[in-house]
Amino acid sequence: MEFNIIITGIGGQGVLTLTNIITWSALKEGLDAKASELHGLAQRGGAIACHVRFGDKIYSPLVLEGKADLVFALEPLEALRSCYFGSKKRTVFLVNSHRSVPSSIFIAKEEYPSLSYVLDSLKPFSNKVILIDASEMVKKATGDIIMANIYMLGYACAKKLIPLKRESILDGIKEAMPERYIELNRKIFDLGFKANDVTIGDEVEF
Amino acid sequence: MKSILLDKYGKKVILLGNEAIVRGALEAGVGFSSTYPGTPASEIGDTFSEIAKDANLYFEYSTNEKVALEAAAGAALCGVRSMVSFKQYGLNVSSDSAFPLAYIGVRAGMVIVVADDPNCWSSAQSEQDSRYYARLAHIPMLEPSDSQECKDFTKIAFDLSEKFSIPLLLRTTTRVSHGRGVVTLGKIVKGKKRGRFNKDSIRFRNFPPYIMETHEELHKKLDELRKISEEIDINFSLNEGSRNNLGIVTSGVAFNYVMDTLQDLKLNLPVLKLGMTYPIPGDKIRNFIKNLESILFVEEIEPILEESVSALAKDVNPELKFYGKKNGYLPRSGELKEWHILLAISKITGVKSQFNPIAQKEEYKKLSVVKRPPVMCPGCPHRASFFATKSVVGEDAVFGGDIGCYILGIYSPYETQDFVFSMGASEGVIHGIKKVSDQKAIAFIGDSTFFHAGIPGLINTVYNESNPLIIILDNRSTAMTGHQPHPGVGITGMGEKSKVINIEDIVMACGVENVMVVDPFNVKEMEDAVREYLQKEKVSVIVAKRECQLLAIRRKKREGIVIPKFGIDQSLCDGCGICLYQFGCPAIFIDNDKFFIDKDLCTGCAVCVRICPKRAIKAVK
Repeated sequence: MEFNIIITGIGGQGVLTLTNIITWSALKEGLDAKASELHGLAQRGGAIACHVRFGDKIYSPLVLEGKADLVFALEPLEALRSCYFGSKKRTVFLVNSHRSVPSSIFIAKEEYPSLSYVLDSLKPFSNKVILIDASEMVKKATGDIIMANIYMLGYACAKKLIPLKRESILDGIKEAMPERYIELNRKIFDLGFKANDVTIGDEVEF
Repeated sequence: MKSILLDKYGKKVILLGNEAIVRGALEAGVGFSSTYPGTPASEIGDTFSEIAKDANLYFEYSTNEKVALEAAAGAALCGVRSMVSFKQYGLNVSSDSAFPLAYIGVRAGMVIVVADDPNCWSSAQSEQDSRYYARLAHIPMLEPSDSQECKDFTKIAFDLSEKFSIPLLLRTTTRVSHGRGVVTLGKIVKGKKRGRFNKDSIRFRNFPPYIMETHEELHKKLDELRKISEEIDINFSLNEGSRNNLGIVTSGVAFNYVMDTLQDLKLNLPVLKLGMTYPIPGDKIRNFIKNLESILFVEEIEPILEESVSALAKDVNPELKFYGKKNGYLPRSGELKEWHILLAISKITGVKSQFNPIAQKEEYKKLSVVKRPPVMCPGCPHRASFFATKSVVGEDAVFGGDIGCYILGIYSPYETQDFVFSMGASEGVIHGIKKVSDQKAIAFIGDSTFFHAGIPGLINTVYNESNPLIIILDNRSTAMTGHQPHPGVGITGMGEKSKVINIEDIVMACGVENVMVVDPFNVKEMEDAVREYLQKEKVSVIVAKRECQLLAIRRKKREGIVIPKFGIDQSLCDGCGICLYQFGCPAIFIDNDKFFIDKDLCTGCAVCVRICPKRAIKAVK
């Protein structure tokens, strides 16, 4: 067994936190796990993609192009940027539809891609795309958009997009987060987990 | 982080490569650790800083890597096990002392961790392969490939170092330093924290003619270490005896890519994995290659194993064919990826993979994916400094760049980094430019960078009489690498208060007559200072002092201070765009040709309020 995830977003959205939580959660199920992060220059509001792999025996910390099982994108443009890790055969894209437009786009007078362009472009790299406005949902619940990452993790777990048990991920949160944030994160995780019952996302099968 | 101090033998935890190195040092009884922050090595120091008191060891952020290495050497000479860590350029900075240290030796284990950065994910200087230093300085080197090996190899390095009285190099690359993985914990050992310097009039004085004796002694140590390299189980081979004509020699993280590729291609090729890459195990290698037809070298950055193994093949297998970086089977620049190795092995063996990374890339190239470069944060004081300076001098002046967050000034609309060399080089290079050119010239250098390597360059401009304007961007932190303290902050690596050393005092003591401290958020004052100082006949210095906004926000939240938010009054805004096109704040955006401020991103610095010609930006609820 082997499961490969690309977690992508913008520096500051919690990509590193998710990476750490999922790696711990896999260990909690007795699996081998490896991940690759990027720090420093790569972090300052720029695009960031981390890799997580777990299974019986894992060597490389990086996912081979085309071999991702899940692309977990905290922002649509970043889903597009990392799409080549996916393939028609095996890849689900879970995408937070909340856009974050970099100011460089205005300065260079470029255009931010439309959601339909993103969906069309993901087609050759995926068998399913799930769009949810996690930022909006979290903002409604907490007044702040910053925990969309954990909300989406709960959603992904409930939808079985990540083959790990809820209890393992709750344990993973405990290991990976500072003490004072654990309860809040578990609460947001469960909000996302329960969101399974209501249709909040658009699901596109290719 | 919590797992680092866990005293549960045999328990499995997840650790970052850098954290695993710290854990390995604790299991080896380290008593002293020093660093100068540099990605991808930064978390080694930061982890030490966090646990030093609980683990009962000493840790410091030294002023630069040379001082850090010397301090660790001092501890090791007194019999206390020590570790110094830095990024690849840190080894360059420290090399002046690292070379004689190999001759002088140590009295307790000393490990020098150097983190290389293929692909320059976190560096802006070069794709340096620090493995050459091991050969140049005669310092033995180990190369871990994942977190578990980071911990295990660190312990081995301490033991070998102490046994042979020689420092050891531990070389990682970004994917190892910033890789996470499962680590099985060993026992934490309480090491010596106090020691004593016992004099040795020959070895430690390192003075001719005795240097020839210590040099000879060093070679004898390396001969012994070569024997260790033959026997040690971190140099091992797999799948030997399988009926294949192609063998693979690899080290570091690349070993993992090789193993996954062989699995994908369902091949069982013989693999030689070297954990100790200096000195290399000559006999083991000869034995591995003697019956092969060809060999593929898979290693990060330069073809070092490729060169040394090819030389050995002449004796045992002169017909052996080589594949690697030298004949284009693997790339000579950028980091290795699994797909490079997949293609190389496919090409050599004719075995095809079910994955087609080239087709993936071709399909991807058809897409239009706009860039999202890293940016200075909303409210960053460097942005205000750049804006004020550019509004006075325009595009005309030469802007000297340096190493820190302000390197992001290379991007539009600032373009205030016309050249970037290394720590402190903005001053040295700008002095040379000023000596031969009449152009206006301004060097930008950060606070921590100034303490690290900026002082000699500044003295040189005074002593050798040139008149650049030097702007020291003092944001009260080593921000880029994760907000480590420095001598200007007055907090140590142990988290204790220390003397605050003011940059402006140093500047004056260096003989600079034109010195001003300015708050860059006060744009008008900053502009006036730049205008005045550009006219001076002697070197002048502006210390642009303002706390890093990330730290300021954290502090204000802690202290319960309300952070104001700003908005644009559409009835006053005429759409001139200065706030976006010239100031470049990431919180400002355009919607239907109108300008707005994103309240989620605004940090309340209010600089946009000051620069708006129509006074259209106002505080909002």
